Amino acid sequence: ASCVQHRLVVRDASSLQLLQLYTCLDQIQYIEWSSDSLFILCALYKRGIVQVWSLEQPAWHCRIDEGSAGLVASCWSPDGRHILNTTEFHLRITVWSLCTKSVSYIKYPKACQQGVVFTKDGRYMAVAERRDCKDFISIFVCRNWQLLRHFDTETQDLSGIEWAPNGCVLAAWDTCLEYKVLLYSLDGRLLSSFRAYEWPLGVKSIAWSPSSQFLAIGSFDEKVRILNHVTWKKITELDHPATIASKKTIVYKEVEKSPTVDTQRLSFPPTRELASSLFSTQSKYDISQVPVSLQYVKPVADRANPKVGVGMLAFSADNYFLATKNDNIPNAVWIWDIRRLKLSVVLEQLSTIQCFQWDPCQPRLAVCTGTSRVYLWSPAGCMVVQVPGEGDFQIVSLSWHSSGDSMVLLSKDNFCVCYLEREEV
Amino acid sequence: MGDWKTITVPVLSSDSKNILSYTSEKKISPTSMNSQVLRLSLPSSKNMHSFFSAFCTEENLEQSISYIDRELTTLGFPSIYAESKGKELNLVSIINCMNELLVLQHKNLRAQEEVEMQHMKLGSDMDHLQNCYAKLKEQLELSKREIVGLQERDRQLQSKNRNLHQLLKNEKDEVQKLQNIISSRATQYNHDMKRKEREYNKLKERLHQLVMNKKDKKIAMEILNCVGRADGKRGAWRTDKTEARNEEEMYKVLLSDYEQRQKQLLLENAELKKVLQQMKKDIISLLPPQKQKPKEKSEDGLVLSDQEEDIGELNKENMWELSCETVREQLTNSIRKQWRMLKNHVEKLDNQVSRGHSGALNEKDVISREDHELETEKLELEIQQCKEMIKTQQQLLQQQLTCDDDTTLLLQDCYLLEERERLQEEWRLFREQKKNFEKERKSFTEAAIRLGLERKAFEEDRGAWLKHQFLTMTADCNNSNATTPSSEPDIRLMKSASRQRKPPSVLSAPVSAEPCQTSQYIAQNSVASEKPAADNMPNLWVESDDKEETE
Repeated sequence: ASCVQHRLVVRDASSLQLLQLYTCLDQIQYIEWSSDSLFILCALYKRGIVQVWSLEQPAWHCRIDEGSAGLVASCWSPDGRHILNTTEFHLRITVWSLCTKSVSYIKYPKACQQGVVFTKDGRYMAVAERRDCKDFISIFVCRNWQLLRHFDTETQDLSGIEWAPNGCVLAAWDTCLEYKVLLYSLDGRLLSSFRAYEWPLGVKSIAWSPSSQFLAIGSFDEKVRILNHVTWKKITELDHPATIASKKTIVYKEVEKSPTVDTQRLSFPPTRELASSLFSTQSKYDISQVPVSLQYVKPVADRANPKVGVGMLAFSADNYFLATKNDNIPNAVWIWDIRRLKLSVVLEQLSTIQCFQWDPCQPRLAVCTGTSRVYLWSPAGCMVVQVPGEGDFQIVSLSWHSSGDSMVLLSKDNFCVCYLEREEV
Repeated sequence: MGDWKTITVPVLSSDSKNILSYTSEKKISPTSMNSQVLRLSLPSSKNMHSFFSAFCTEENLEQSISYIDRELTTLGFPSIYAESKGKELNLVSIINCMNELLVLQHKNLRAQEEVEMQHMKLGSDMDHLQNCYAKLKEQLELSKREIVGLQERDRQLQSKNRNLHQLLKNEKDEVQKLQNIISSRATQYNHDMKRKEREYNKLKERLHQLVMNKKDKKIAMEILNCVGRADGKRGAWRTDKTEARNEEEMYKVLLSDYEQRQKQLLLENAELKKVLQQMKKDIISLLPPQKQKPKEKSEDGLVLSDQEEDIGELNKENMWELSCETVREQLTNSIRKQWRMLKNHVEKLDNQVSRGHSGALNEKDVISREDHELETEKLELEIQQCKEMIKTQQQLLQQQLTCDDDTTLLLQDCYLLEERERLQEEWRLFREQKKNFEKERKSFTEAAIRLGLERKAFEEDRGAWLKHQFLTMTADCNNSNATTPSSEPDIRLMKSASRQRKPPSVLSAPVSAEPCQTSQYIAQNSVASEKPAADNMPNLWVESDDKEETE
């Protein structure tokens, strides 16, 4: 599904054929599929309206109007029948039910990066709240929206919460002024608290491993600390230095290949394909010899939220690899082998990394850097895939299909789907 | 001195002159005579002469002689006067006195010389000492100056050190102050933030109230028709029961997670325990079997027996299942003990080895060392030989590889030709053999055919002979019935024997290369011959002949 201005376009994933076309009242800011893929919600933040469309019955329609309360965020509940709207100024979260047409309110939600999180199996929802200048977390049962637990956290300013994939542990971390990660059990008990250091800027990003065995914490001091789930103590620190000296890491460097132009075939006026091929530069990967020094960007000292530290963390689906990005060294993706807790590969690109995502089935990483190429890495090797087409297609973000066979590449105005062929065994 | 000598020489030549000169001496001044004798600076000869003449003149001769006598006697010399005669001089005593005086003079001169020498030595020593003293004084000065310089430096460094310490303290204080400032500012900011947040909350509340109070018709949900729940169930009312059920479910989830983790941990534990047990067994096997000498190693023996008991206990299967503290401790303690023993053992071995390398007292060690050296030498020789071989081989390979293309081709061709020739020869041989075989086969077949024909003829003859026999036998039988049953088998046996005798003779002609076929024939014949029916014999034989022929 994609939206263009005020129209919602639904296409088939394998053939990109147009299936449905819906028209909303105003420009759509956000769309989301329901978990059973039967409904799509379109949020129009400016108007404060959420419109829901059904795929099975195109004639069915639903519109939720927040009115003067305004709308800042909207999302589905895991059962696909409730919509949670966050009103402006984070006044409250309204839970609209599509089955019973009833409304519930959650008061004092916290205005933070990740305030509402659902467990993987969709049973419980944790909401970060703030009352009287203190942070709280409420755990609700998604089935009947009953409050299960409500407890306070020892944080200065709770910045985010995240469930472990097994649904039993909730990680909460404080604002970047304080390095503090708290781990709560499902029933609200504090299991452990982790604090690496006191004064410098703290946690930047957090990721759970898919088996819930590890919690990776990326911080502003360019290090990732991994905690284990048995003792909740740090088992290792992964550093991101600008020079890589270890002989066991492989560094893939993106190198530009000059395009070969067949001079005989030049014609006047130059055809479009020729022009695009002339200007679009090809690139390939080269293995650089260690020691390698990566491009280092010194951050501006007196600005808030400096571009320092580990900003992106992702575990692979089979729990073997961790991909990180250090914002100081914005062109490199670091891939760590979790079995040996060592750096295994570094991908050095020509431009800043915009986004990377692991394949949900295999240990394959797709990286985009804002150029018209998507980069794929797997333990077998890495390759550069050029998006064919005219003009520049600058990939800003990407998203894998849940089967791992295709992925969507998004640029500012367009998107394309990249299909990956399976090797025939 | 020279002056004295010149004086004495003329004196010795004539006595009178001597006397004169002496008297002249004495005349000068008896008081100054001693000083004259002692004086180092000698007066000139002229003065001497004047002195000599001054003392004794012709007038005061007796006076001077008496004076000299008195002086000599006071000095201890014998008187120069003759005995009791007075005024007569004893020449002998005079000469003796003179000699004595000369000897004295020499002594005195020598003494003087020595004294002068000593004086000079002392003088030079003094000079030397003075020089040394001056140098030492200089050195002392220098070192004093150095000391002063070093002291200065030391003072400076100490003051620098103090300054640095002071700076450090200041910096620390500053840091502390800054930290305090930071914390105070942080609290201030927190306070301000809280205040602002409260204000903000108030605003939010107000806004919320306004929003709620407005009773906006707009805040509504317009839905075409209600959608069924995802799981198809109906919504439930919120009651205590549901709350309890929620709690229950939550705890179930947690418990299942814990159980899973515990299972994993149990598995891990079991594996680790197995590993530990195996390690223990390995360690025990590595340790040398300790002889239990009761006197010396009583302690060890006790320890061993304890350990053995432990081992015995812990190796019991049921102990593995228990995971209580004591069992765990026992296991770990036993492993630690074993490990320590192994370590000691290894250390002992290391010591032995090091002793063997360094010392040569123990003969055994020496011999082993020598053996070791011999072996190493042998090994080195072997290595060298191998290396040489490898080198030669490499050279050969190189030669082969680095030959010109032509030569390689030629070589290859040569090899090919050789092979081809060999093959051709072999082919030839093969063909010859094949021909031989064919010939033999033909001959065999011919022989077989002949054999068959001969056999046929033979059989026919036999048949005829048997018929004849039979006819004669029947004639006999008619005469006597009793003898027939016994004679028939005899006859048959005879026949079989004769038959058996005959085939070998027939078949001795063909080549022995086909024994199997002939033996088959024999077997066939014997089989055929043992069949009881006499009438059927010719038929059977015919059949066997057929069989033989078809074979």
